[in-house]
Amino acid sequence: MTAEAATAKQPTLEVVDLKTHFFTKGGVVKAVDGVSFSIAPGEVLGLVGESGCGKSMTGFSIIGLIDPPGRIVSGAVRFKGRDLAGLAEEELRMLRGNRISMIFQDPMMTLNPVLRIDTQMIETIQAHRDCSRSVALGLARNGLVQMGISSPERRLRCYPHELSGGMRQRVAIAIAFVNEPDLVIADEPTTALDVTIQAQILHEAQQLCRTKGTAMIWITHDLAVVSSLADRVAVMYAGTLVEQGNARDLIRAPLHPYTKGLLGSVPSANRPGERLTQIPGMTPSLLDPKPGCRFRMRCARAAPECNTSPVISMPVPQREVRCWRPLSADQLV
Amino acid sequence: MTAYLLRRLMQTAVVVMVMSVIVFFGVHVIGDPVWLLVNPQMDQRDIEAAVRALGLDRPIWEQYVYFVRGALQGDLGRSFIFGEPALTVIVQRMPATLELAVAALVMAIVIGIPLGLYAGLKPQHALSKIIMAGSIVGFSLPTFWVGLMLIMVFAVMLGWLPSTGRGPTATYFGITSSAFTLEGLRYLFLPALNLALLKISLVIRLTRAGARESLQQDYIKFARAKGLTHGRIVRVHLLKNILIPVVTVLGLEFGNLIAFSVVTETIFAWPGMGKLLIGAIQTLDRPVIVAHLIIIVLLFVVINLVVDVLYTVLDPRVRVGRQTA
Amino acid sequence: MSLTDSDAKIDAREPATSLAAVETPFSRFVADYFESRIATGALAVLVLIICLALLAPLLAPQNPYNLAEVDVLDSRLPPASVGMAGYTYWLGTDGAGRDLLSAILYGLRISLLVGVASCLIATIIGAVIGLTAAYAGGRVENLLMRLVDLQLSLPAILIALILIAMLGKGVDKVIIALVTVQWAYYARTVRGTALAELNKEYVEAARCLGFSHTRIVFKQILPNCLPPLIVVATIQAAHAIALEATLSFLGVGLPRTEPSLGLLISNGFEYMLSGKYWISFIPGVVLLITIMAINLVGDQLRDVLNPRLKR
Repeated sequence: MTAEAATAKQPTLEVVDLKTHFFTKGGVVKAVDGVSFSIAPGEVLGLVGESGCGKSMTGFSIIGLIDPPGRIVSGAVRFKGRDLAGLAEEELRMLRGNRISMIFQDPMMTLNPVLRIDTQMIETIQAHRDCSRSVALGLARNGLVQMGISSPERRLRCYPHELSGGMRQRVAIAIAFVNEPDLVIADEPTTALDVTIQAQILHEAQQLCRTKGTAMIWITHDLAVVSSLADRVAVMYAGTLVEQGNARDLIRAPLHPYTKGLLGSVPSANRPGERLTQIPGMTPSLLDPKPGCRFRMRCARAAPECNTSPVISMPVPQREVRCWRPLSADQLV
Repeated sequence: MTAYLLRRLMQTAVVVMVMSVIVFFGVHVIGDPVWLLVNPQMDQRDIEAAVRALGLDRPIWEQYVYFVRGALQGDLGRSFIFGEPALTVIVQRMPATLELAVAALVMAIVIGIPLGLYAGLKPQHALSKIIMAGSIVGFSLPTFWVGLMLIMVFAVMLGWLPSTGRGPTATYFGITSSAFTLEGLRYLFLPALNLALLKISLVIRLTRAGARESLQQDYIKFARAKGLTHGRIVRVHLLKNILIPVVTVLGLEFGNLIAFSVVTETIFAWPGMGKLLIGAIQTLDRPVIVAHLIIIVLLFVVINLVVDVLYTVLDPRVRVGRQTA
Repeated sequence: MSLTDSDAKIDAREPATSLAAVETPFSRFVADYFESRIATGALAVLVLIICLALLAPLLAPQNPYNLAEVDVLDSRLPPASVGMAGYTYWLGTDGAGRDLLSAILYGLRISLLVGVASCLIATIIGAVIGLTAAYAGGRVENLLMRLVDLQLSLPAILIALILIAMLGKGVDKVIIALVTVQWAYYARTVRGTALAELNKEYVEAARCLGFSHTRIVFKQILPNCLPPLIVVATIQAAHAIALEATLSFLGVGLPRTEPSLGLLISNGFEYMLSGKYWISFIPGVVLLITIMAINLVGDQLRDVLNPRLKR
């Protein structure tokens, strides 16, 4: 693993206290409220959380696709040292699809249904470098081959609706990787696909990252995906990061009560016949949230001190937790 | 593709048949069928002779067969007023109407789409609000009144353009049209604008709605994530998706344009089919009315067919028989 | 451009923990409607126009169709001129010396009456047909919908002209023509909504409870079909009024004894070239304002009642 060497180099991405708020008619929705993490070159970070926790918004904030009524309120998004949060739109455009790319969840909707696959791939290439159509076509073809797509020439001439769901997502991933970016943000790319295809695509994506040294943020709510794919994991809840660390260690011994609850609710983690553990209560609204730990209403370990917002601590090396009363490291799942 | 075309042609034929039945029986049931074919001004004895000669004392379905036979040979009766075959009279005037309708269509596209696109892309801008307000006004304006106002302003007060009539024509590529002469264009401009006004408003609203809806789609966001320029996103991604419904509606509206030219032709004294129809209704020249209706229906179904085919060309999702999975 | 991500939306709409004032759908609809100043203005104008039209005999200074009151020597006077009897014609007079203000008020009345009457009749016929088609299904539905498609594929003005050519002239014939032109829109709208409603579970529940067919249709499905129906009716009313005006202008609409705004405009046509524009212009403006007000109200209704538009 390149992790040790990577820490000596500059991180590909450094997010520092990012806050993205939406100023709606009903009030201010604090979708991302103080998120910090960094990713080294070639590293895969799994960004985990339930629906509505702000993980997708974090992804959009990084690539600069937050539209009004939302905007990045404060914080820095340093891509190879450069702060993206303040960049002009044209500079961001030159980075998107080129050095930073994104994969969305539903490939049927992300590929334009009335344009051919080759058109959509070639335009990505030609938007960022000066080359002829035939050269671009060759690059597109290679991209498809790398994703394990057979008869690429025929597929290139197809329209999106003529391909299966798994194939379309492979194309979307190929598009994301075609300009050899430094960072790929994947927003739940396998959620819409069935399990067997999921496994294949995960494997292919992982291969691409390893061979090209691309850093990746894999946003998902599915812990099984994260455990096999990611080097590090960051857990989000209600707009904030509650825990992050090395994937294997975190899953084996979570320190935040929410992470533990999340892991405990996965069926495979329980022995057959035992009841599934549930986290009681519901996710709080992100609209004008009250101060204090956002998880305290559902936490079995809540105490009066939890009425003030907890700060980040490192009870164990290489692990960050946002909790006043984290679990101890030897409490296994 | 050919199977599809054949199927559509069959459907078209059926529709024309049905329409001809309705028109024929409609006129017969409502009015005295004699007056359809026989000039009521004639002498009583001549009328009876004509009735027998034309087989009007036969049962009605026989008459219909007789009518269809004549129609297929191009005989749709004789105009009372002009004394010539109704078909001839109408066909003589068709080019003028078609010319007007095409000019109006071109205006609608050239003016409507850019304006609608702008209003859809920058909805908060002051210009967009003016465009939308303008489209509502354009939609509500009665065509005939606008025609009057256009004449009043441009012909009477300003004297820039002629008020009535059609200009000189020229022939290129076998098509004779007044649009090919500069003088002819001067005569064509006001009527075409008048006819186009409603369609311009329609196109603006359609394009704007399409733009607004398409902008919210994921593929636009994905295109931005790919780092494409704004220009390319609008030109290629957005436009092609919007054009599909716009073209479809415009195609169907073309038939409407031809029908609605009745009003414009009356005001501007444009020598087309529409003016003929109004005259025929007012003078009770029934053969012309019937012939006119049949031709319009024919035009309609043909246009519908063309639009359908165009639609399959534009939207790849509709194409049948090209599945590769 | 707005978001497509569901995260923020779900959370922003979560209700406050304490119940504020209870909001009925109707009060929410009313509040949403009046959010637009233009639509509110349009509604006000529309109400004003309707009042003017209904009260025309009381408001008009002169009954323009009572020959005793009309002085032909006053004809073709421009607006705000004083006539022979010392009476001020605020909007001028037409070719026969009729006070244009009064003529417009009466004409407005007739235009609105014919337009609204045809609209209402068409609504009832179209709704019944649409409901029948949706509820009966099968071949009945197919047949009815083919008819609707056929009707809708032909231009309104053509159908109207055909009918008048066949039936002759007269107020009732014009109304028949207008109704024939419109019913298909209502039928299609109602059928679409009714079909969607029929698939919903409350209908199945009603059937299980043994409700009669008529009860299900009228008490449960019909109320849900009303919102889109209202929107279509508003817009069609504007079309009907415009169409009637066009027909009258062409001389194939209402007879001279019931002069609508279209006829007034037509009367003024001959004076256009000699510069006496007001005879056609002013009735036209009134017609335009009426149609525009109806269209604006219909537009806002459609926006407010449409669940698919993200606002």
